[in-house]
Amino acid sequence: MLRLPIFQTKTPTNLEELLSAMSESGARLIAGGTDLLPNLKHRLDTPETLVSIDRVEELRHITWDEDARALRIGAGVTLADIAADNEVGEHFPSLVKAASLVASPLIRNMATLGGNINLDTRCRYVNQSEFWRSAIGGCLKSEGDVCHVVPKGRSCAAAMSSDCVPVLISLGATLIQVGPQGRRELALVDYYSSDGIEHTQKLVGEITTEVQIPLPAGESAAHYSKWTVRKSIDFPLLSIAMNFTLSSQGADAVIEEAIICLGVLAAKPKVLRTDKLVGLRFGDEVTASLVGELCFKHGKTLENVPYEADYRRSMLRVFGRRAIRQLADSR
Amino acid sequence: MLAQLMPARDKAPMPDALLLSMKVNGEDVEVAAPAHFTLLEVLRYKLDLIGSKQGCDKGDCGACTVQVDGKAKLSCLTLAAQANGREVRTVEGMTAAHLHPIQDCMDKEVAAQCGFCTPGILMAAEAYLSKVGRAVSREEVAEALAGNLCRCTGYVKIVDAIVGASEIMANTEQD
Repeated sequence: MLRLPIFQTKTPTNLEELLSAMSESGARLIAGGTDLLPNLKHRLDTPETLVSIDRVEELRHITWDEDARALRIGAGVTLADIAADNEVGEHFPSLVKAASLVASPLIRNMATLGGNINLDTRCRYVNQSEFWRSAIGGCLKSEGDVCHVVPKGRSCAAAMSSDCVPVLISLGATLIQVGPQGRRELALVDYYSSDGIEHTQKLVGEITTEVQIPLPAGESAAHYSKWTVRKSIDFPLLSIAMNFTLSSQGADAVIEEAIICLGVLAAKPKVLRTDKLVGLRFGDEVTASLVGELCFKHGKTLENVPYEADYRRSMLRVFGRRAIRQLADSR
Repeated sequence: MLAQLMPARDKAPMPDALLLSMKVNGEDVEVAAPAHFTLLEVLRYKLDLIGSKQGCDKGDCGACTVQVDGKAKLSCLTLAAQANGREVRTVEGMTAAHLHPIQDCMDKEVAAQCGFCTPGILMAAEAYLSKVGRAVSREEVAEALAGNLCRCTGYVKIVDAIVGASEIMANTEQD
């Protein structure tokens, strides 16, 4: 039995009330609560007030924006609703796959897209009970002042473990943030920093309201792969999102642009340099091997999540190669 | 050591700051609870509905599964305040004059051993079968129950029972 720390709750019913509740000191936002509440039960934070978004209808839309040629998804939409949505499925199959691979059906009924984007970084030395952590004296992200992942490390190496984030970055998504300073738009890729403790550019009192995903301009193929210990419930051991712009339909298409984003390495999702892939034939075995090599070369894994770092790094090559093969075969 | 780590607020008295009105198993219920209580704690410790189980208490095991507005959710990760004004269904609401077909099939297949996971599995399975409204395959059941752990049975009989129940429920609806 894990008790929550004592806090007060607020359940605003519109965006204005939500922002005003969030501007008070000691307030913390709760969306689905599927990651926040276990963390609070483990005393990784003790907020004075939890402000729930579950009654704010303005955050729960999936709408097609004809002018921007983009799909707009509210931050409060659950992952189950994203996975089941026809419009998302038609245009962004890799996002549907990522959303439907998060944890379990029960958690997907609760967890939201905004929550997945703002998911706290995870580490095998942090996401433990308070009792467990007290045995090693805590770490940079909890009660201590050392890092157990990188000895003598001065910055936190906890890993960004969201399934949707690498996919949204590969699709070129834009984030809408609203706060006391007003509304701002930023590319999702610029939202994350390499510090595992303060891993987002979120300003005080600011909330994520929406994600906008542009429709691919030409022929494209996108994929998400996730490797886990068990088939459900677990966070990823590695995650790879790919999005290719291709010259034509069919297996002999040539790659015009490639975006590959790796998750679960450190606090910042890693976008690979893919110049070498441009101009190669999509379905070629050489291309598949090169994708695997790129993932391996640039995917520097750490001992921050379960399994050995070397093993995970080798599997980046395997999963990268398999992912593009699977994409090419399905065309 | 632990006591030193705990913030002072953890040891403060807990006033029943929230007055909740929910529909629980079809009945209107008014109940007071501390603001930091989960829905599971309200059900178990305020309403004495101890069918929903407190297992891992962090969303891994699914033993606390209940239905909130018809959707299977984890009551250990739902704040009481979030359930306020909503319709909650627990395993206690499942049995009326007769056993529910899922319960009946679970019984006939001997799909429970220690039985700790059973209430959560019943809630998740009922929500799933009423959503799809047809006979389902073993693979579909496995997918739908991916958030409910059972450490005794190996799942074979549980899956058998739910596939059987889905056939009965689909036939009953057609009649």
